[in-house]
Amino acid sequence: MKKILQGNIALCEGAIDGGLDAYYAYPITPQNEVSAYFAEVLPKLGKVFLQAESELAAINMVFGTALTGKRAMTTSSSPGISLMQEGISYLCGCELPCVIVNVMRGGPGLGNISGSQQDYFQSTRGGGHGDYYTIVLAPFSVKEIYEFAKESFLLAEKYRNPVLIIFDGYLGQMMEVFDTESDEGKLNVKIDEPIDKSWVLDGTKNRPSRKIHSLLMAEGELEKLNLKLKEKYDKIRRDEVRVKFYNVDDAEICIVAYGMSARVSLEAMNKLRKEGLKVGLIRPITLWPFSYKEIKDVTKKAKKFLVVEMNLGQMIEDVKLAVKGEAQVYFYGRSGGSLVSSKEVIENIKRIL
Amino acid sequence: MTPTKFVKPKSLKQTHHSYCPGCGHGIIHRLVAEVIDELNIREKTIGIAPVGCAVFAYDYWDFDVSEAPHGRPPAVATGIKRVLPDRIVFTYQGDGDLAAIGTAEIIHAANRSENITVIFVNNTVYGMTSGQMAPTTLLGQKTLTTPYGREANRDGYPLKVCELLSVLDGTKFIARGAVTNPKNVIQTKSYIKKAFIKQIENKGFSLVEILSMCPSGLHMTPLEAVKWVEEELTKFFPLGVYKDV
Amino acid sequence: MTTTTKKLFVVKIDKEHCKGCELCVVNCPQKILVLTENVNKFGYRYVEVIDETKCIGCGRCYIMCPDYLIEIYEK
Repeated sequence: MKKILQGNIALCEGAIDGGLDAYYAYPITPQNEVSAYFAEVLPKLGKVFLQAESELAAINMVFGTALTGKRAMTTSSSPGISLMQEGISYLCGCELPCVIVNVMRGGPGLGNISGSQQDYFQSTRGGGHGDYYTIVLAPFSVKEIYEFAKESFLLAEKYRNPVLIIFDGYLGQMMEVFDTESDEGKLNVKIDEPIDKSWVLDGTKNRPSRKIHSLLMAEGELEKLNLKLKEKYDKIRRDEVRVKFYNVDDAEICIVAYGMSARVSLEAMNKLRKEGLKVGLIRPITLWPFSYKEIKDVTKKAKKFLVVEMNLGQMIEDVKLAVKGEAQVYFYGRSGGSLVSSKEVIENIKRIL
Repeated sequence: MTPTKFVKPKSLKQTHHSYCPGCGHGIIHRLVAEVIDELNIREKTIGIAPVGCAVFAYDYWDFDVSEAPHGRPPAVATGIKRVLPDRIVFTYQGDGDLAAIGTAEIIHAANRSENITVIFVNNTVYGMTSGQMAPTTLLGQKTLTTPYGREANRDGYPLKVCELLSVLDGTKFIARGAVTNPKNVIQTKSYIKKAFIKQIENKGFSLVEILSMCPSGLHMTPLEAVKWVEEELTKFFPLGVYKDV
Repeated sequence: MTTTTKKLFVVKIDKEHCKGCELCVVNCPQKILVLTENVNKFGYRYVEVIDETKCIGCGRCYIMCPDYLIEIYEK
């Protein structure tokens, strides 16, 4: 079915089609369309909608619903996601599945309400306290927002881990036509074994009582949990990396970008190709787990990489780690909510080449 | 009229807890378990433990219990009750958890009249972390962080939770008890029972504040702590039912 | 002439886990609970019943014990 939707609304429809049971959030620009939509639609579907008193409360309501095995989601923007870090750490420590969406705005501090990619570190480096990761998905189109939202619950339940979907405010506001039936943008989450629900708290009828906690004081117990989490994260690193390549086979220089930066870079790449320049684009879809191996493979041919971000240099660190010194890594970025432009990308590429 | 036997309730596990000698938590855990057994709701109860001495409550109760980040139990309880409205959901919180870091969460859960029950243990100190001032510490009371006594102009005034929450339209049953002597304990148990019945009848938010002894935090013997709570604390935090609508 | 037989109760205390808080001692109306000089394996002096025949089964010791150490049965 063909639809024309705003990014933030595609998020809502994807979540509903993905089996959302409860949505909790606090208003913050630029994602207020989400709660407005859910406030109207969810009650009609018999699902839970609640405007929480803060992002702090919202993430904890997600925690509560996640305890029961039902599908919970919250959305916010950068400063609100900062408030949720404690909750995210607990969700990971207690191994509870849920979906959290960050529609990134300019920062740090109160920043502005424009789109940015300034939360890459916050998203991929844990953000909160402790040794944990959330799976981070970075859509770059309204179709991908829809598909990622739809499949993220399954992905979260597969690993008993929160899934973080991040996209800049521009993508949230943008309207695009897409076909719900096309395969484009689908995550195709593979379920090899039945999803384990033996931990769910829903009342001790016909079974022994259960507890959920991340406090482990006995000798060696917390290390055991951390090692268990590491094993899980290693499996995710092996099985869930997603990255898309455009024209990298003969590329002499590859742009590395995600989200809106990738849209802009795609246009720049196409224009440069018309001029005969051998430019490729690498678009990480999972920011965690990052496509280290896949990017390293590209260094066999391309010896120059231009990382394009809407921040002053965050993903570039992962790209440098990926290439392991086999290529030169350059950077072009805009910050404070300013949009990168294909014109500036083209100028940067020409300067490097 | 005299019961022929007094034995531990089913909802209490065999585990021996590690609370200090004379700590009120032991009594209150038992009261909650007794009420849950008597109301026959064990199989549909989900409890939320606090951060504080009672953080291990899930090891002592024999029904589903989760931990929660400090202060957040009312929000976690909301997340459970909204998707499983037929379960009995309660939080068990200390004075730091509920009245310091968790003030926003408790006020808004109460304001929304979430159909949950809150057991609020008030012993005027932060026991787990060695006895710092709590929001309910009395003026002049010496604690680890008020070694010269709590001063109003620096530390503010003791927080009266029952009084505060009674003002909200969303609260339906608010009561304050104590566990200093058998009469108070029995009275407190009746409050806890009423609170859970409120939830069973879908009447809305209920809270029972319980004045309790923390001998370690107060640097007193168990009997001295009992005397202090019974004589000094009840003067500032009067016992009784504050709201029952 | 009618005679009433006094009910007799059995009082069981788990001495090994008693922490010697004495909440039961001060609340027993028959004054039959005492903190002895004996010490359990955790290093606490524990409470013992000195005259079980005087127990009236009121349950106040059970009500006050924070460690659920007391069980009372009718004989």
